[in-house]
Amino acid sequence: MVPLSWYLLLAAALFAIGLYGFLTRRNMIVMFLCIELMLNGANLNLVALSHYLQDLRGQIFTFFVIAVAAAEAAIGLGIMLALFRNRRSVYSDSITSLKE
Amino acid sequence: MPLYLVLLPLAPLLSFLLTLLSGKWMGSRAHRLPILAASISLGCALAAGWDVAHGVVTDADFYTWITAGDLQVSFGFLVDQLTAAMLIVVTSISLLVHIYSVGYMQGDPSYPRFFAYLSLFTFSMLMLVLGNNFLQLFFGWEAVGLSSYLLIGFWHQKKSAADAGKKAFIVNRFGDFGLSLGIMLVFVTFGTLHYQEVFQAAPGIVGQQFTLLGLTFELPTLIALLLFCGAVGKSAMIPLHVWLPDAMEGPTPVSALIHAATMVTAGVFLVARCNPLFELSSVALNVITVVGAVTCLFAATIALVQTDIKRVVAYSTVSQLSYMFVACGVGAYSAGIFHLFTHAYFKALLFLGCGSVIHAMGGEQDVRSMGGLKKYLPITYWTFLLASLSISGAPGLAGFFSKDEILLMAYTTNIGSGRFAWFIGLVVAFITAFYSFRLFFLTFHGRFRGSTEQRDHLHESPPVMTVPLILLAVGAVTAGWLGSPEILGGHSMWDHFMAPVLGRAEAHVPHFTEWLLMGISVFAGLSGIWLAYHLYVRRPELPGQLRESFSETYRWLVNKYYVDEFYVAVLVQPAINCSRYVLSAFADATLIEGVVNGVPRLIGRASGRLRRLQSGHVQHYLAAMASGAVGLLVWLYLV
Repeated sequence: MVPLSWYLLLAAALFAIGLYGFLTRRNMIVMFLCIELMLNGANLNLVALSHYLQDLRGQIFTFFVIAVAAAEAAIGLGIMLALFRNRRSVYSDSITSLKE
Repeated sequence: MPLYLVLLPLAPLLSFLLTLLSGKWMGSRAHRLPILAASISLGCALAAGWDVAHGVVTDADFYTWITAGDLQVSFGFLVDQLTAAMLIVVTSISLLVHIYSVGYMQGDPSYPRFFAYLSLFTFSMLMLVLGNNFLQLFFGWEAVGLSSYLLIGFWHQKKSAADAGKKAFIVNRFGDFGLSLGIMLVFVTFGTLHYQEVFQAAPGIVGQQFTLLGLTFELPTLIALLLFCGAVGKSAMIPLHVWLPDAMEGPTPVSALIHAATMVTAGVFLVARCNPLFELSSVALNVITVVGAVTCLFAATIALVQTDIKRVVAYSTVSQLSYMFVACGVGAYSAGIFHLFTHAYFKALLFLGCGSVIHAMGGEQDVRSMGGLKKYLPITYWTFLLASLSISGAPGLAGFFSKDEILLMAYTTNIGSGRFAWFIGLVVAFITAFYSFRLFFLTFHGRFRGSTEQRDHLHESPPVMTVPLILLAVGAVTAGWLGSPEILGGHSMWDHFMAPVLGRAEAHVPHFTEWLLMGISVFAGLSGIWLAYHLYVRRPELPGQLRESFSETYRWLVNKYYVDEFYVAVLVQPAINCSRYVLSAFADATLIEGVVNGVPRLIGRASGRLRRLQSGHVQHYLAAMASGAVGLLVWLYLV
């Protein structure tokens, strides 16, 4: 039986790797992957705790997160495609129009 | 209410609106509608006069204008003997001036605008005299002020004309301030603004006091004096007379209609209309008499030395208006309105005659460049002569009857300052005759003193201008016959006609005294004419010598007693300085602009600092968000 803490540590590691990658990489595709990583870290947390607490609601919630993440991925990729068409770039540091 | 009463002011109002709107399109035909409207008004005024003469006095509300609490004001018409006389003066002179203007204003680029304003004026003046309550009077009062302003500044590209318009408007503010206070006090006292209700309740306020700012006034005196303030402004009495001579910057027909015959007499009309109020206060009556008498002499002496043909007549107007106030002051309202009536015709004639001369001289107004115009302008010459004789009180002409009646009333009144006013009036009768004929001889006799170019252009005015002159001349001769006194075989018809509204001031003197007074004033007038003839025709070198020997007096007269300079120094310049240094430099430039510019500058500076936080990099925002979330967790964990 794997103790709960291992799952939680793995989830935290996944989340931290995702956050680190999001903050350091400039390629938006990679940043996007990192977001997925963070999401899945959170999902793992939910599933582990759901199993530990014997409460199925956590797992159901995870399905929702996966479904929403799929939809979000479609939108995110669409935005990225549109950005690429307009700017010929997927690097986040070349897109700083918020500043102006 | 008869239909013609509605039509009376409505026709000029419609003509004003339509002419203003269609002016561009009508061009040189723009006079048609206003002349038609003025004719309709004249017809309606005659109908009203006919009805009144047959004893039908109308006092009816047309519709309710304002309802606010206790205040109920209607647009309504009061047509009695006084109104009827005013209506006939206003509409007949208005029509003649309209016709005259067709010739005088021909070719002016703003021809339609001129006629639109004339219609506006006619409408306003009719509203003023027709109203049956104080507020409608005030409406008309301000509306004639507006049209006067518009017409004085008609040639607004000329700075002096634009300035004169402003001056007229601003000086009238002072008088109108008093008038509006007077009207408010009437409302506070009587709870209504209707003439009839006020006048019926008027005797009840005798002896009442009114306390204001710790000062106690006799209520009737205060009301009368405040109303008189308005009259002082509109009728150019001292100390608010300064605007009228400057108003001569307007086109001459305007001077004839507005600044001689009708609008400036509104003050006299106001006093006569409110005679039940004025009768309650002997203080107010004395004030009116003295102000009238002083202004009378003051303006007449200035007129002696003016060289601008229109200004002489303008000062003469001020002086004649003063006669009317003297009459009202001594309680002879009917005589005052009688002089208003006759004066309207001979003074309008004098002005239109001046206009004809100016027209012939190509815009020249200085009598020093005129002279010998008799043979070039025969019709103008003869009509001008009649007007001058009439104003000088030559027996049998209009001015003779009305002026004599005023002098007789002033002599016999029991108002304290009556004799004083009579004496001044007599002196002024002499001066009036003198300056009128000085002007007449300088303009029409002697040799021509203008340039040869002007001489070649001299011509009699077209019939469209001379016919109104002739018609007015008929008025200037005959208007007085209506009031021919009993000792001359007349029936004092005017006094009997006016008696229901203005009361009858009987002169209880033996016929001998009456004859004597008449003789004295006729003698004063005729000697004035003789002196003018002697100085300006027989011995033309004498005026120059007189000027030399009385140079100090002459300087004061030519500069109009320095009243304008006094006002500039005491009122205008401090106001300008206050505006320039306190309001403009401090309040506006420092205070208001400081706040207005300071706030955006502050925001700009603060946002300049804040914008450095923004990099535009998504990662920076997320890093901030993540560290915020961590910080929040730490805080939650620790607390």
